[in-house]
Amino acid sequence: MEHVATPSWASLAYLASGVLFILALRGLSSPATSRTGNRFGMVGMAIAVGTTLVTHQIASLPEILGAIAIGGAIGWVTARKIAMTDMPQLVAAFHSLVGLAAVLVGWSAYLNPQAFGIAGADGVIEAQSRVEMGLGIAIGAITFSGSVIAFLKLAGKMSGAPIMLPGRHVLNLGTIVAILGLTAYFTQDQGLWVIAAVTALSFIIGFLLIIPIGGADMPVVVSMLNSYSGWAAAAMGFTLHNTAMIITGALVGSSGAILSYIMCKAMNRSFLSVIAGGFGAAPEAGGGEAREQRPWKRGSAEDAAFLLKEAESVIIIPGYGMAVAQAQHALREMGDQLKKAGVNVKYAIHPVAGRMPGHMNVLLAEANVPYDEVFELEDINSEFGQCDVAFIIGANDVVNPAAKTDKTSPIYGMPVFDVDKAKTIMFIKRSMGGVGYAGVDNDVFYMDQTMMLLADAKKMVEEIVKAIQH
Amino acid sequence: MDFISILSIFVMACFVGYYVVWSVTPALHTPLMAVTNAISSVIIVGALIAAAAAGSAQGASTSKWLGLLAVVLASVNIFGGFAVTARMLAMYKKKEKK
Repeated sequence: MEHVATPSWASLAYLASGVLFILALRGLSSPATSRTGNRFGMVGMAIAVGTTLVTHQIASLPEILGAIAIGGAIGWVTARKIAMTDMPQLVAAFHSLVGLAAVLVGWSAYLNPQAFGIAGADGVIEAQSRVEMGLGIAIGAITFSGSVIAFLKLAGKMSGAPIMLPGRHVLNLGTIVAILGLTAYFTQDQGLWVIAAVTALSFIIGFLLIIPIGGADMPVVVSMLNSYSGWAAAAMGFTLHNTAMIITGALVGSSGAILSYIMCKAMNRSFLSVIAGGFGAAPEAGGGEAREQRPWKRGSAEDAAFLLKEAESVIIIPGYGMAVAQAQHALREMGDQLKKAGVNVKYAIHPVAGRMPGHMNVLLAEANVPYDEVFELEDINSEFGQCDVAFIIGANDVVNPAAKTDKTSPIYGMPVFDVDKAKTIMFIKRSMGGVGYAGVDNDVFYMDQTMMLLADAKKMVEEIVKAIQH
Repeated sequence: MDFISILSIFVMACFVGYYVVWSVTPALHTPLMAVTNAISSVIIVGALIAAAAAGSAQGASTSKWLGLLAVVLASVNIFGGFAVTARMLAMYKKKEKK
């Protein structure tokens, strides 16, 4: 079978699908254009798949169509059924599939190089293709096993607490060096054992890299794995000389990298310290000894309802706790009641609220909160001085003033909401015992203007709604 | 295509990605992840090539089955990724003007 003869129209078609993918991401600059963008993405994918099928002699069309139908049906049904609160683990699961697909494609290319046009009739694979193949398989395998761990942690099937192995830094570095060394050796020896060793070690390192990372750092991990899945696709694109794969891989790779950067910055942590892991492992690490009994005020739903109704402006700060309690619909109901009473209601979202970038925005959108009532940290932070009630639901570290004042605090330097400037602070929390993921105490609990509303977030908000209606 | 042309496309695409992704509004970061997930399944192109090949070479049959499995995985992602993105994006609404 003569390969290489990719007709020039096919190259143009792959380029077109690459451009359509760029437009798909471009559309996400505003919710108004995003839906069109998503359609561009689908068209781009259809073009890429169609072009491949038309330009290759297909020996097994029924099997291929069957495979697409099976996969498509699984994907479609999952996408319809998944609850919005479960989005982080769904995305992690999808990442793992991209990674595994990259490994499989790499192995197929290794086993049947002529079909991919990367080897002569003697079956010897070109040296450059071997490196690309090795890297593609390695990144794909890391993406796969890393995403599986991330999925298990996000889905609560595995403890979110960091698991620290002794000497793990040496172990990790050694494994990475071994993978790179074997990939280099692969150019000399096309033996099966080399590529098998690269695959096995990469699966292991993906696992080792993610287990020491705690639940609070999951937004970074999910973004990072997103980036890896892109680089895996790009590496395969190099092997296949396919522009659509290269453009897409580069787009996805940079997208994930930028999201990881944004998440790290929003926590004032360096990327390396996140990768090193262990954050949130030891609750006594920060401010443990400072946790003496301090006086605080407990409020009831009725008190809260009264103050909220009398307020002129209310800013609601949702956090991961809202997602856990599924309180977003009740919260929107409360917002509606308050708006009816003439209160100005806004929502403020911290970049790291929730378990993945933009998690809270999706949940509020699901509950029909208009997106022009939802604001980012830097856009709304100056408004707390004029705000009557700061209503915190399921968030903690992102409102902790220690991030601004206490240099010894593990979250020092992290940008936080200036809720302490609001006239009244309402803090919904399950109990006084728990602390945020960072394991630090929060001065906001004990401020004069703070009212602690201790209950399940959803129940509390529902009671407040009832009390407002009376 | 020689390596340098491919590398050029790759480097340019990284820059395009950089600027395009910075212009994405933070409110849509979750749909961004879902859609990047869907499009990175363009790796299905490689899977299709493997699955379509007839070759009588020694590894060809194994290669074909691995390719078919990869087609299944990538299809889960393509359909699931685009569908879940569409579902999320449909929820973002503006304030109704009364």
